[in-house]
Amino acid sequence: MMIITHNGHIIAIRYIYVFQFFNSSEIKLSESARQLVNKPLKSVQRQNNPYKDEKVIDSCSIFGMMDQNKKLFAGNDIIEASASMNQRANGLGSGYAVYGLYPKYWNNYAFHIMYDDKEALDWGSKFIESNFDIIFDEEIPMDIHGIHKHVPIMRRYFTNIDLDNLDEIKEDEYLVNKCLEMNTSGKGAYVFSSGKNMGVFKGVGWPQEIAKIFRLDEYKGYLWLSHSRFPTNSRAWWGGAHPFAHLESTVVHNGEISSYGTNRRFLEMKGYRCTFQTDTEIFALALDYLQRKHQLPVEIIAKIFAPPLWKDIEKMSESERNLLRRLRITYDKLLMNGPFSIIFANHGLMVGLADRLKLRPIIAARRKDMLLLSSEEAAIIKILPDIDDVHHPKGGEPVIARCHEGFAS
Amino acid sequence: MNTKSSISKFVVDAKNLATRELNEKIREAIRDGHKQIDIQNVSGQRYIAAGIQELIDIEIFGVPGNDLGVFMDGSKVVVHGNAQDATGNTMNSGEIIIHGDVGDITGMSARGGKIFIQKNAGYRTGVHLKEYQGLRPIIVIGGTAQDFLGEYMAGGVIIMLGLNLKGGIHNADYVGTGMHGGSIILSGDVRGIGREVEVQQLDQEDNRLVEHSVQEYSKHFGCKVDEILGSKFKKLKPVSTRPYGNLYSY
Amino acid sequence: MLRSRRLPEYNVRIDTDTCTVCKACVIQCTFDVFSYMKIENKISIDESKCVDCHRCMIYCPDKSISITPTPIQYRPNASWNKESIHNIMKQAESGGILLTSMGCDKPNYNYFDRLLINASQVTNPSIDPIREPMEVKTYLGRKPDKLTISDNNGDSIIETSESPQLLLETPIMFSAMSLGSVNINVQESLAMAAASSGTYQNIGEGGLHPRLKKYAKNLIVQVASGRYGVHKKYLDTGAAVEIKIGQGAKPGIGGHLPGEKITKEISEARRIPAGTDAISPAPQHDIYSIEDLSQLIHAIKEATEYSKPVIVKIAAVHNSAAIASGIARSGADIIAIDGMRASTGAAPLVMRDNVGIPIEMAIASVDTRLNQEGIRDKISIIAGGGIRSSSDAFKIIALGADACYISTVALIAMGCTVCQKCHTGKCPWGLTTMNPSISIRINPKMESKRVANLVRAWTLEIKDMLGGMGINSIESLRGNRHQLRGVGLSEQEMEILGVRPAGI
Ligand code: SF4
Ligand code: SF4
Repeated sequence: MMIITHNGHIIAIRYIYVFQFFNSSEIKLSESARQLVNKPLKSVQRQNNPYKDEKVIDSCSIFGMMDQNKKLFAGNDIIEASASMNQRANGLGSGYAVYGLYPKYWNNYAFHIMYDDKEALDWGSKFIESNFDIIFDEEIPMDIHGIHKHVPIMRRYFTNIDLDNLDEIKEDEYLVNKCLEMNTSGKGAYVFSSGKNMGVFKGVGWPQEIAKIFRLDEYKGYLWLSHSRFPTNSRAWWGGAHPFAHLESTVVHNGEISSYGTNRRFLEMKGYRCTFQTDTEIFALALDYLQRKHQLPVEIIAKIFAPPLWKDIEKMSESERNLLRRLRITYDKLLMNGPFSIIFANHGLMVGLADRLKLRPIIAARRKDMLLLSSEEAAIIKILPDIDDVHHPKGGEPVIARCHEGFAS
Repeated sequence: MNTKSSISKFVVDAKNLATRELNEKIREAIRDGHKQIDIQNVSGQRYIAAGIQELIDIEIFGVPGNDLGVFMDGSKVVVHGNAQDATGNTMNSGEIIIHGDVGDITGMSARGGKIFIQKNAGYRTGVHLKEYQGLRPIIVIGGTAQDFLGEYMAGGVIIMLGLNLKGGIHNADYVGTGMHGGSIILSGDVRGIGREVEVQQLDQEDNRLVEHSVQEYSKHFGCKVDEILGSKFKKLKPVSTRPYGNLYSY
Repeated sequence: MLRSRRLPEYNVRIDTDTCTVCKACVIQCTFDVFSYMKIENKISIDESKCVDCHRCMIYCPDKSISITPTPIQYRPNASWNKESIHNIMKQAESGGILLTSMGCDKPNYNYFDRLLINASQVTNPSIDPIREPMEVKTYLGRKPDKLTISDNNGDSIIETSESPQLLLETPIMFSAMSLGSVNINVQESLAMAAASSGTYQNIGEGGLHPRLKKYAKNLIVQVASGRYGVHKKYLDTGAAVEIKIGQGAKPGIGGHLPGEKITKEISEARRIPAGTDAISPAPQHDIYSIEDLSQLIHAIKEATEYSKPVIVKIAAVHNSAAIASGIARSGADIIAIDGMRASTGAAPLVMRDNVGIPIEMAIASVDTRLNQEGIRDKISIIAGGGIRSSSDAFKIIALGADACYISTVALIAMGCTVCQKCHTGKCPWGLTTMNPSISIRINPKMESKRVANLVRAWTLEIKDMLGGMGINSIESLRGNRHQLRGVGLSEQEMEILGVRPAGI
């Protein structure tokens, strides 16, 4: 097995397809506060899971594209690509994550919040005001002309955390706690992204419909993820669409994992609260745990989510075998068992991964500095017919895309 | 082994050493071929000499922690100070000599070896001692012991000399309760004995054993051998090797 | 003893039309039901001694023997059935504690049969375990909270040290059966089966017979309250050391191997003279509290130089969850929990049938508690006591265990018909007897095959069930209660088990 270390050092390349290495500066954080565990979460669960299923099941298409030079580009292409995979979805949810979205407010926490009604809006705005320094806020511009369904009130806030005693570590914890507090308040307010210079747009509808509602053609970013959903529960909720954001990480996901019960139990033991009862959320939290708290590189995380089979581990050299065996034993409860493909992103980083038996599709491609990941190759060809390079990753083999060094966001 | 290391004493200062560190040092010294080990400034470190099968002389200065000599097989341990609980726990053979008092359950389940206690022992001394073929554990208590002395004894010998005993009565009650093998030989009376045992006179072999043990005791701690041997000893023996034969209905 | 007023419980009949008076039954029955009458050239029958073990029926070459429960019933009465009346009669005759063996035979304490397993349909695929990879390899031992990985000139180095682990090729292990409760032929059969199945046999506390030494890699040695045969070499032999605090069939009481069972062979292994009672005290006298347990664990670790995992076995009792949490913090690597339906070679009936809690409840609450306290990965859990089938094993893993212990199952594989007479020392199948003329009935070569077959069959079934729910590795089943549903359970029982009712 090969490891690509933080500083871009390549050890060996066998399973991992690497676009580019980058001295990624991951946030260093301490162990999370356990107090999140005992809060009532009724409102989110009620909205996202009206039939009280054990968990929400959905199927989907996923797509991601990133410019390695962090050159900003409009969302037209990804909207078109996502729409081209409409047969994988049923129009009950889609969404986008965009990085490099707010250059003007690049150093402010950008809250995207949806509200059920005016009352919730008043409460939420007050909540933000009393916990953060608002630099600027406004309604998220929307075009609901010709849309005949209920659309929540959407507002965004660019803020600072102004507390003297908070270092970077505590800031993250503070942010996570405040978002959780808001989302579980039962007041009808839901924060769906809160990172710096990035944002999530999502809702109930087909990809092109959601793009139109949020006027996404007016935005630019250097990294876009999209998702189109096929929930089995038809009373879909706007907040339940993908991508899921946790701090500055976002995840889109396709498939259903059968190890959900084991994974969730483990994450709850580690102090996480599983609010949404979806597999996607499990991925987002597991990533946070391994990446942010345990400081493990994505190459290693891929081997935890989708480890090689024991029989293959046994055939490896002693040091590889030892590494993979220890990883499997130690993080046994974060093995994601069952069909999945995911794309997760953070500033300057985009990773695609499918389960170890490759039960869900994922394709990687490159066109000059543009790196793409998709459920279907056709969707890539549709927007970039002359790609330089296509790669069909094996199950459990992560595709890691990093931005070139030295490009400011 | 080379003569140098068997002559040279290995000295460990246990001050500020954790249990595991100290025992690792002892094992290392044994691996290096040392036959004599002095441990200074011992204070509560447990499991000293645990499971050691080599024949080593260990001298301990200070108070060793619980389970001194647990599973030990052959070594000799001398403690210059008191010892705590479970000294000689499940010991197979060897010798532990304590210049002072010991805590509870000394010699629990020991299968062989000798334990000499200069002064007094705590509760359940010699609980479930066993013997088999040539192996017979012997515990010699200079002073007195607390309740349940020799509980469940299945073999072995406890000799209690009762030196400096006030009023000639040991405080121990339930002596030999559940006993179904071995013997307890003591000078002085006890408050109560288990219903599985009866008081007997010493036979010739017992007398020889007592004499021999008192001499050894004197060698370790110094005492007036004749005076001790002149006092009256009696023996507790189990009534049956099958105390619970008719407790059950099949 | 007073004259018995109990009528025989079984009718034993020989069909004289087919019987050839070969005398096989006379030899086979260890309870002396049959005797040969030379003058009449026929078999006489004392059916009051029959225990319904079926040995004679199976070994009668002409299949002439039939055993049926006596038709005589006392007048029907909900409170006073035949068993309760007979028990009172027995005690009135003898004045003794009623002794029995095997596991609790009452119907009310089973939760396995009220739990159902999930399977995949549409939203995720089931997996065909025969043609696709399906992993049941299991590691038992303490896991670190996190792995710190550093890069050393291109090599990934794990800086976190590793605790000793037990590697199981299948999550099924053989529970403690000491030499004395079973004979060496049985122990050797199990050891051979463990070696060929890639699992472990727990040899209980009763010393190590020289014939077992060559299977050391697959043995777990036990340290219990009697400390029989426990010495440094013994500790060094096992792949792991188990400290037995309690036993599911008789929590809170010690053991007692009657003197007549201490044969020469047993006496050598236990290192006590032949013919004396071998008493295992109720508590371990060096453990009166949780900190003392920690002391014994570390004494064993020191003696074995931290080279092997230490298991602590407790009986499932009311506050198992709190106890398990203490054990997890005491330095143990693995906790074994023995449910109330566990078997025994001999136990007072009143203890076997009334003390403890079912293993399903115990595992569910222990796993939940260790999760709530954030220490579940500090310790592995082995569940035993009442596991009868691969589905029971599967369900207990879904409830939170890492592996399971079986013993009755293995005995049945070797012939046992659960007649519940182990305590008499006359086991007709040659299992729980020390009598060399009966124990010869067990041929380790043959019987180990039956046991290994059984483990193989269960492993295949476990893989089938895993595949059905779309899981291809056993670690994703551990604690995955989402894959279970309850039927006929109260809300509170479901809450403790952490399962939803069937249908939602
Ligand atoms: S005890 Fe067993 S062997 Fe004897 S008669 Fe009854 S069934 Fe047959
Ligand atoms: S082991 Fe033997 S005595 Fe015990 S229940 Fe089975 S057949 Fe009967």
